[in-house]
Amino acid sequence: MTAAEIVFVLLGVVALAAAVLVVTTRQLVRAALYLVLSFGAIAACFLVLTAELVAWVQVLIYVGAVVVLLLFGIMLTRAPIGPTSDLDSRNRPAAIVVAVATAGVLVTVLVRGFGDAYVDLGEPSTGSASGIGANIFRYWVLPFEILSVLLLAALVGAIVLSRTDIGPPKDGDG
Amino acid sequence: MSRAELLADDPIWLILLKVLCIFLFALLTAMITVWAERRLIGRMQNRPGPNRVGPFGLLQPIADAIKMPFKEEIVPRTADKVTYRLAPVLALSPTMIGLAVMPFGPEVSIFGERTVLQLVDLPVGVLVVLAAASIGVYGVVLAGWSSGTPYPLLGGLRSAAQVISYEIAMGLAIVAVILQTHSLSLGDIVDSQQGLWFGIALFPAFFIYLVAMVGETNRAPFDLPEAESELVAGFHTEYSSMKFVIFYIAEYINMIVVSAMGTTLFLGGYMAPWPISLIGDNYFNSGWWPMLWFIGKIGLALFFFIWLRGTLPRYRYDQFMKLGWKFLVPISLVFIVALTVINVFDQLSTTGILISAGFFILLLIALVMMIPDRREPRAGRVPLSGGGYPVPPIDLQIPSKPRRTKQARSRAGRRQTVAAGAKEGDDGVS
Amino acid sequence: MHGYFGAYGLVALLLVVGAVFVTVALTANRLLRPARPTPQKLLTYECGVDPVGGGWAQSYVRYYVFTFLYVVFAVDAVFLFPWATVFAAPGFGVATLVEMFVFLGFLAVGILYAWRKGVLSWA
Repeated sequence: MTAAEIVFVLLGVVALAAAVLVVTTRQLVRAALYLVLSFGAIAACFLVLTAELVAWVQVLIYVGAVVVLLLFGIMLTRAPIGPTSDLDSRNRPAAIVVAVATAGVLVTVLVRGFGDAYVDLGEPSTGSASGIGANIFRYWVLPFEILSVLLLAALVGAIVLSRTDIGPPKDGDG
Repeated sequence: MSRAELLADDPIWLILLKVLCIFLFALLTAMITVWAERRLIGRMQNRPGPNRVGPFGLLQPIADAIKMPFKEEIVPRTADKVTYRLAPVLALSPTMIGLAVMPFGPEVSIFGERTVLQLVDLPVGVLVVLAAASIGVYGVVLAGWSSGTPYPLLGGLRSAAQVISYEIAMGLAIVAVILQTHSLSLGDIVDSQQGLWFGIALFPAFFIYLVAMVGETNRAPFDLPEAESELVAGFHTEYSSMKFVIFYIAEYINMIVVSAMGTTLFLGGYMAPWPISLIGDNYFNSGWWPMLWFIGKIGLALFFFIWLRGTLPRYRYDQFMKLGWKFLVPISLVFIVALTVINVFDQLSTTGILISAGFFILLLIALVMMIPDRREPRAGRVPLSGGGYPVPPIDLQIPSKPRRTKQARSRAGRRQTVAAGAKEGDDGVS
Repeated sequence: MHGYFGAYGLVALLLVVGAVFVTVALTANRLLRPARPTPQKLLTYECGVDPVGGGWAQSYVRYYVFTFLYVVFAVDAVFLFPWATVFAAPGFGVATLVEMFVFLGFLAVGILYAWRKGVLSWA
């Protein structure tokens, strides 16, 4: 094993362990913090794979935006300090089964689909900004455009859901 | 040799030296800025500022640095202890990364070793700086939450919402620069400003960046998260002793990082300013001179921060968010589109021109649709803002200013100075 | 330090330097400071008056919507960066331009919707 491989495996272990802690911890805000750790470790994995743009995007979007969104969501309802007792329900075994099955499907698909695909790590230009840009805007235009529609739909949904509280009063509003 | 090759050749002692220099640069500049801020704000408010320790009070930051570790630390009983301790670490550690990718100067020779005055020149340097800033948000949110009291929590949430809102405007302003350089590496960005600086060539983007950088660092006039009159001291109300100092240092290092970033992106980085750059065959753009220009420009940007604080009153939160989302973000989007079209105009065929013209018309329609949003607030309506307590309307009508004669104006000016001097309450480390 | 891994090693090194600095400062602080807690001191400071009632505030749903806008526009900015590096390169041309304009158009519709629904004004 090379040094890069060892680091990669270690980071993977950190990501997995943090992910398990997310669902087992009894403190809501701590769960979000473990999620940050997990995402951070995944970003570092991308870095080790020389996909630097993707790695920093992971930090910017997932660590910097999505988890902050989650934190705001938690604080919107309730963010008690200390453990919460009602975080576990009796559905635990069912949840474990579903989680393991999902993971199994994903791993199988990935391994069967890309099990023998190799990327040459010696050539970092594939992971650079211009490399990714060239790929997206040459070959993956449709997913890119669909993404914008998805984002728009999500935004409209969030606004509609939150509107009862923040919109202008219902009389005079068209 | 190119920048990357020169950097790859660095021996280990040189790398450690550079790391040490960056670390010291960050800390020393932060200390000097604290001192300069207190002196300058004092001058702007007609009072002396710190003048007891050392000549001109120069040793004041050092005295504070010696004093603070000896202070008792009080962790409130309601706090979530682990997160409470973690928050300062998260606030300060990532700030230095921003300085690692900044180019401080061109090729020089240190003890016979040719190198570039920069620690690393990452091909995605710009993103690294933005990502480091977005990690810093956690320090603030967690500090506010873990204190277990309402004011810090509100301060932390405000601060996070503020930083992320203005990070968008900042990112879009940076995209305008990338459109010209086609590279995310800060070294390349400086190299492509040999002629005209982007601050002039892309003035709207520069302006947006300036506003966004003040909003992003939670500084006056956008220092809402620590608005003393509303939130005591914001997210660090419950912090004392060294942990408070760490938040304080983190704020100043963040200021230095965004200043350095603005300098690199828009003010030509380490390039000599215009009349000087003409002297003697680029003499002032080689060797160690550029470092002087770079640090000088950072100093100017920091002075700008202090000047703003001494001049402008604090924004209201609704005004602040309105400025961010209704002005800065749309303007920067429009600017990016316009800049792109200008960039590729000569390559465009008739179809291309038609498509962009159509897009512009759509954009205009969109802008027109936004105009009638301004509606008169219904008279007598008391808006409810959480909790169910009636509060004074947030869009309070300010009576229009009466016309003043010259004499009355000078009198009023004098009164304001006195008021400003008396009001000052948060001067430096207490 | 050489190449790609060396460069990121240095970034990690600087992160470690920052963390070590904080740790050393806090440890020194722990050794130097006095610790004489009394029940009165350990009350939350808040604004100087003894706190009354439970110590937590609920945040407003507005914050959530603004964060959502941030996520949407962060994704937008993240695609703009690689696009800005390639859009003028030979072989991309008008199509790439139009693709990005369509993308921006959808997002503009989003911010327009938020604007018209009064989400962007705080009051």
